[in-house]
Amino acid sequence: MKFLCVECDRQMQFEERQLPGDGTLAAAFRCPSCGRVVGLLTNPMETQLVASLGVKIGGTTLPPQPMETVRGMVATGREDAFVEDGKRETGNVPVWSAEAQERLARVPSFVRGMVKRIYLDYAKDRGIAEITPAVMDTARTELGLEGM
Amino acid sequence: MSLNIRTYHDLTEADRSGLAGQIGAQRRRVAARLASVRRVVAVLSGKGGVGKSFVTAGLARALARSGRAVGVLDADFNGPTIPALLSLPVARCTLQDDAIEPAVSAEGVRCFSMALLLEDGRPLAFRGPETEGFVWRGALEAAALREFLADVAWGALDELLVDLPPGVQRFQELSELLPVVPDVVAVTIPTLESRDAVRRALRAAIDRKATPLGIVENMVGGPFAGSAADELAAEFGIPLLARIPFHPGDGVWDGMVRGAL
Repeated sequence: MKFLCVECDRQMQFEERQLPGDGTLAAAFRCPSCGRVVGLLTNPMETQLVASLGVKIGGTTLPPQPMETVRGMVATGREDAFVEDGKRETGNVPVWSAEAQERLARVPSFVRGMVKRIYLDYAKDRGIAEITPAVMDTARTELGLEGM
Repeated sequence: MSLNIRTYHDLTEADRSGLAGQIGAQRRRVAARLASVRRVVAVLSGKGGVGKSFVTAGLARALARSGRAVGVLDADFNGPTIPALLSLPVARCTLQDDAIEPAVSAEGVRCFSMALLLEDGRPLAFRGPETEGFVWRGALEAAALREFLADVAWGALDELLVDLPPGVQRFQELSELLPVVPDVVAVTIPTLESRDAVRRALRAAIDRKATPLGIVENMVGGPFAGSAADELAAEFGIPLLARIPFHPGDGVWDGMVRGAL
């Protein structure tokens, strides 16, 4: 999928991704020549189809988590299916605010470990000391984490 | 006035999404994980209910008894039975940095299955829009197969057996994901109906350049009459690996490993 600014005959560049939380996705693409911006809007089925391929419009910035698609998409997984070996917790580990912990607790436990890991990696990569709901919102949009 | 619009392939500037690059990275991850696996063997049949999983588990146990390092990937996501057939307890899956440890049977068979992840008695269901699930469900199952290949710490194996569901779709997905087309063991029961279904599956596998290692005839000596395995072996010019009776002992499986695998 590519976008062409027909007037300038230039390939438009990905600018921003937004996940409103209703299963839809919005992505903006800008013409590097004239600056015109167009929006790509996908319905829930189209958003799901892209997610099913294990790819993210706008690209990825973090390495894939093991079984990212299975853990993110299976609705009937056992709550205690996964356990972390705990060897990755080294260096300055960001802390979780009470509000962020509360929000994390609402994530289904089948996928909670992976979601927690993604937010921790995101915060560590950016030198963020405390994970708050605002950090989670920003990460969710930047990383394309639909439903997390 | 018609617009002069360049085509997709005309646009070659780098794009931050890099969707093709993301797909390529997925394939490289599969190849890297399986670099220490000597051979992938798909156990298939065009027919349901012929005992593919039973044969896969028996074969895996026999391979392990013969001293080989063997794994089983249960690719039947909607009817996973391999953990039960290998007598694996349901336990939590340990996450490492970039992979998940497989379950290991008493004989040393390494195994991963959707049965290890699903709630007891619940079917495999995906999160997503309730309408038009047929559009994306197949893609999600293919993604699950890719992650079972790439994200399980299979380690160094002589054989990774892939237990396929009935039909040929999962075999086609497997072939596309692997760097090398897998070898194939076909399972049939003696009946003509099974013969016809397995013939189609074998033909599909050969069309994809798979090497058929042979035929296993299961449920021999019971109520099913026919000579499906002999006919398929002759037609495709491949060996009949074993005839498996009801309630086979270890010797039947061990003989198959000694003789042909």
